[in-house]
Amino acid sequence: MFASPKQLRAQGILGLNQRNADYIMRYNQRNRYPLVDDKIMTKKLAQEAGIAVPELYGVIKTEHGIRDFSQLVESHRQFVIKPAQGAGGDGIVVVTGRSGEYFRKANGQLMTLDSLTHHLSNILSGMHSLGGLPDYAMVEYMVQFDPTFDELSYQGVPDIRVIVFQGIPVAAMIRLPTRLSDGKANLHQGAIGVGIDLKTGVTGLGVTQNRVQSFHPDTMSDTRGLVIPHWQHIMELSAKCADMVQLGYLGVDIVLDKHLGPLVLELNARPGLNVQLANDRGLLLNLRQVEALEKLPVSVKDRVDYAQHSLGC
Amino acid sequence: MKNLHVKLLALVLTVIGIGLISYKSSVLGLPLKPKADAEVWTVQARLLVNGGNAGAKVELAIPDNPPNYIVLDEDFISTGWGLAVNEGKQRVADWAIRRAGKSSVLYYRVTLAADPNSNKLWDKNVPAFPEVPVYQEPHGTAIRTILKGVREESADIASYTRELLQQLNSKVPNENVELLRSDINSDQQWVRRIQSVLDGARIPNRILFGLHLGEAKNHAQLTPWLQVHTGDKWLSFDPKSGKPGLPSQFLIWKIGSEPTLLVQGVEKPAIQFSVTKSHREMVSVASARAEKLGSTLMNLSLFNLPVQTQNVYRVLLTVPIGALLVVFLRNLVGVKTFGTFMPILIALAFRETELLWGVILFSTIVAIGLLFRFYLEKLRLLLVPRLTAVVTIVVLLLAVISVASAHLGLERGLSIALFPMVILAMTIERMSLVWEERGPSEALMQGVGSLVVACIGYLVMTNVLITHVVFVFPETLLLVLATSLLMGRYTGYRLTELFRFKAAVKQGGAEG
Repeated sequence: MFASPKQLRAQGILGLNQRNADYIMRYNQRNRYPLVDDKIMTKKLAQEAGIAVPELYGVIKTEHGIRDFSQLVESHRQFVIKPAQGAGGDGIVVVTGRSGEYFRKANGQLMTLDSLTHHLSNILSGMHSLGGLPDYAMVEYMVQFDPTFDELSYQGVPDIRVIVFQGIPVAAMIRLPTRLSDGKANLHQGAIGVGIDLKTGVTGLGVTQNRVQSFHPDTMSDTRGLVIPHWQHIMELSAKCADMVQLGYLGVDIVLDKHLGPLVLELNARPGLNVQLANDRGLLLNLRQVEALEKLPVSVKDRVDYAQHSLGC
Repeated sequence: MKNLHVKLLALVLTVIGIGLISYKSSVLGLPLKPKADAEVWTVQARLLVNGGNAGAKVELAIPDNPPNYIVLDEDFISTGWGLAVNEGKQRVADWAIRRAGKSSVLYYRVTLAADPNSNKLWDKNVPAFPEVPVYQEPHGTAIRTILKGVREESADIASYTRELLQQLNSKVPNENVELLRSDINSDQQWVRRIQSVLDGARIPNRILFGLHLGEAKNHAQLTPWLQVHTGDKWLSFDPKSGKPGLPSQFLIWKIGSEPTLLVQGVEKPAIQFSVTKSHREMVSVASARAEKLGSTLMNLSLFNLPVQTQNVYRVLLTVPIGALLVVFLRNLVGVKTFGTFMPILIALAFRETELLWGVILFSTIVAIGLLFRFYLEKLRLLLVPRLTAVVTIVVLLLAVISVASAHLGLERGLSIALFPMVILAMTIERMSLVWEERGPSEALMQGVGSLVVACIGYLVMTNVLITHVVFVFPETLLLVLATSLLMGRYTGYRLTELFRFKAAVKQGGAEG
């Protein structure tokens, strides 16, 4: 029924308490949090650093500004609405098309303009933001996801989560939306996480609801043996993001666009721990190895090299 | 060492906390257990004085910091008489009046509690060796014979006295003892006789007078007792058996053979001693003791606050305990709740409603509130007005429940008024968000989690022992502080993680 703490420690499993005390609090400076908590700011920084991100169509900052929404999306049949300071994927609406007066969501449901603007107003009042503070709503490019994952996702966009520690990628997984997760790539909501080999970018076993499984629950396809395209580029992007926000313990979320390649979706200063289950490998093993380094590799290339040749996965 | 700073800080706080607690419990006698009562005796000496028109003076020997007891209160009641208390070798209440009148009653009343810490109050002066008295014959010969016999069978003053007393009180007395006993009519005379025998051996001795407190009685008598000095301390002996020590519950009234009562100008009245026994809260006895010891600690205690404020603190001081519980349940166990300390506020509300009713009311209001909230969702209201609407609905629900329960004659329903309605409204709002975004199972799990934490919190925060200890020893909170500091650096696994990550172990790292 339960694992003993000793067994978990032997596997190098990182617990929430230790993640908070020994990694987040030690390596992440508080004044850097706004850079990742506010997705508008992250996007701006990324653009300055030459990191590819989904295009921002517009930001709605006030109730008054909601009026301009229909004009804003007039030229875009597809778009994503996000709270700028949302947490855990809450409050995200993906519009994949229109049907007359209606907007079609990723799950096929139709929404009226009225219900979309109500959603915007909820976002502005802080319903989905950290701590319930007033927020902005972002409207951005909807990623045309790479067909590689067609077999492995149920609606929605799969995204790749890379954990970067002191600039070095230490673990990665791909999160595949399921029917249960309502097309969202969020493990808490039922998406399946699949481990990725850092060196080769080949997928392994999956984990959903803390259970290990080797197939996607909706498409029944095997999760193993898929090669992630642009893997080297993804590793480099992750390492660059760590430089950009200067956070020592960071989760980088990347999506693969059919035309644009890897795009950085958002960054997370408190990345979750499911990546350990997806990779069937405790995070502590690689974290400790990096902590023990006398001299950290400096350039992006060296860091990715180190991750791919010296770290286990 | 890892976290040395935090550990040292926690250690210091713990040492201070435990130090204060043990000082207050052992020295000041504050009870660690709730509802601890101390036995309190009220001893009264009553004098009925019959005088005439002339002036009168009455001197009554009274106890002076009696060993094994602490004086909580002392009263002198004497209408029309002037009073002076002379703190001399023997403490004396000195009453005087110009015209004594036909009859008047003088009272001396003292309230005492047992105090095992106060027995070091014996006179420190070493008395001089007594002169050998000039005995009348045939007593002289008898005494000398007895002393000679005793000396041969004893090693020191203590054993000498014991042996002597055993011989003098022997059930089969020899003729010498018989002679010494023959003209004795009272206990007091007997102690005097023993004293004169001890003088013959040049052993310093004295007589004590005390009262057996025991149970209540109206006509108590001063009992004489014997003490001998060994050269460094006084030893007590039962003059009628030779048993060493003082009797239990023995209040020493006066030391020495000077008369208990001296009068001038009036007839010598009889002293009527009476003893009543009652129970008083240990805490009040302890504060009296602290005052006697001149301890400032008690002056700084919460007992000096007005009763109403005290009652507020009785509740407030348990809040950190509840918060610590939340720390344990969240960081050690991994229970999910709505809001960090929301369950504690709910637990505080349960104090008024009691557990079963509290849980029923909480569940009912949240359930009905959720239904309304889902309906409001359809109206597409802005956040703050919507919250206001939920608060209003919650208050209306409270009112409906109160009115309904009043009609049904259920008093419990009326106590609901203290339910924190804003907290309830926020709970409803958050629960509905989680319901929509994470699904009903997650929402119910967090809801039940909050309720379980609230229930445990209620049980802990209303525990009689815990509430007593934090109120009487607020320094317990230093221990709470130390624990929370240590918990703040706890990096081990949570109980739920042992379950969550068990998959990692089953695989045994086969692909690692």
